[in-house]
Amino acid sequence: MTIPPLLLRQVSHSYGRLSVLEDISLEVKHGEFVAIVGPSGCGKTTLLNLLSGFDQPKSGTIERKGESRMVHQKDGLFPWLTVAENISLGLRRIEDEDRRKKQVEDLLGLIRLETFEDSYPHQLSGGMRQRVELARALAGASDILLLDEPFSALDYLTRIHLRQEVARILHERPRTVVLVTHDIEEAAQLADRVIVLGDRPAQIRYELTIKTARPRGPTHPDVVRAVHDILTVLNVESDSGEYVSASV
Amino acid sequence: MKKSGIIQSFALPFAVVVCLLLFWTMIWRSGVFHESAFPSPVAVLRAFRDEIVSGRLFTDLITSMFRVTCGFALAVASGIPVGLWLGQGMLARKAFLPIVNFFRNLSPLAWIPFAILWFGVGDASPIFLIFLSAFFPMVLATMSAAASVPNIYSRVAKDFGMGKFEKLTHVTLPAIMPQIITALRVTAGVCWLVVVAAEMIAGRDGLGFAVMDSRNGLRTDILVVEMIIIGMVGVGIDRVLEQLTKISSVRWGYER
Repeated sequence: MTIPPLLLRQVSHSYGRLSVLEDISLEVKHGEFVAIVGPSGCGKTTLLNLLSGFDQPKSGTIERKGESRMVHQKDGLFPWLTVAENISLGLRRIEDEDRRKKQVEDLLGLIRLETFEDSYPHQLSGGMRQRVELARALAGASDILLLDEPFSALDYLTRIHLRQEVARILHERPRTVVLVTHDIEEAAQLADRVIVLGDRPAQIRYELTIKTARPRGPTHPDVVRAVHDILTVLNVESDSGEYVSASV
Repeated sequence: MKKSGIIQSFALPFAVVVCLLLFWTMIWRSGVFHESAFPSPVAVLRAFRDEIVSGRLFTDLITSMFRVTCGFALAVASGIPVGLWLGQGMLARKAFLPIVNFFRNLSPLAWIPFAILWFGVGDASPIFLIFLSAFFPMVLATMSAAASVPNIYSRVAKDFGMGKFEKLTHVTLPAIMPQIITALRVTAGVCWLVVVAAEMIAGRDGLGFAVMDSRNGLRTDILVVEMIIIGMVGVGIDRVLEQLTKISSVRWGYER
């Protein structure tokens, strides 16, 4: 495991004259969970699109080892496919139908939606849809999981609940994960390493490693401390008098 | 609850029809229009019976339906691929959109003289005119639907290793299916309107020709029978196509 799954060297990106990312260098280790936080519109999603290979950076290099799958903020499921059919998308390489079916069942069990295999996405709640999308991304032989604010379209309690679900699911099916979020608490609870981006053009402002083993609770002392640290960094940023809350 | 539903969807429309019939009878009785220009409901009913017995109405109906089906099927089979192509390519869209819009807004009836010159009076002329009435709307509807498929689906398709063709058949096409079905319904309605007009001028048979024939023979009673049939078949066509919206993999398009 000498080659990291994701390696970014001095990556910069811009849309026209608008510079979005500047000189980002980052190495994500095998099985590591990295969270990237930053103010909205700072280029977090751009970064994910580069990591997934959907966009190419204007300069610098991105090396990706293995297959990546993205979980989107919302509406990433194909609405014309049932839950089981959506999950099966991730199992396209498995020729044997029985094996595919078995794996879909396993994944439905993992996200605790066994009875919803024939439902369509529009018949599910937002939280259920996100769980299905996660199962689809985990299906098959994907190596890297890219999470694009996967909880941000949900209400507060569902968000907390789903966060814990993700921690549990990743404990059962470990992956290399990059999570992009504006929720610092979420980042601190889930990730091994939190990277704080500054305003556009985004650069890495701060990096914090959380040593406690995952999964952890939302009020674990190390999580609380990490949140405090990150907020302190961001508060220094807002010396001009702007108020920075827990959710930047 | 259930009972009031039956009343609302059957009894109320029925009452409206009865009122219309009464109104019709009143005007006929008042003598505002000459008897040869305004048939009585009873005369129409008699004509209805005669037409059913002679079977001529049925033959005309089949003829018109055949023409609409042919022209419509040809237009859909060619219009959807062309629309997909224009929807995918920015350059193709820029090049062809003005001309497609031009033909879309040119009444297909204006083509009747050319249709007769080129195809004579028979099946070919009406089929050609129906094709023209359906092709351009189908192209435009498919194109705008394909061009507005959410970008997120492309990302998902890429994540799961779909090639260009598979993306077209397994992502773009199902993603635009609800809009296509709506376009099919609207366009089929237009085709049914056009076939009557086309047959009135460029036909020797069919419902449109029958209308013209009744007028020439001053048989207003048969004329009304034909009008009723034309209207009812039009409603029937839409009812049939409406069933497409009940397919489970397109429901999402109508429930969000």
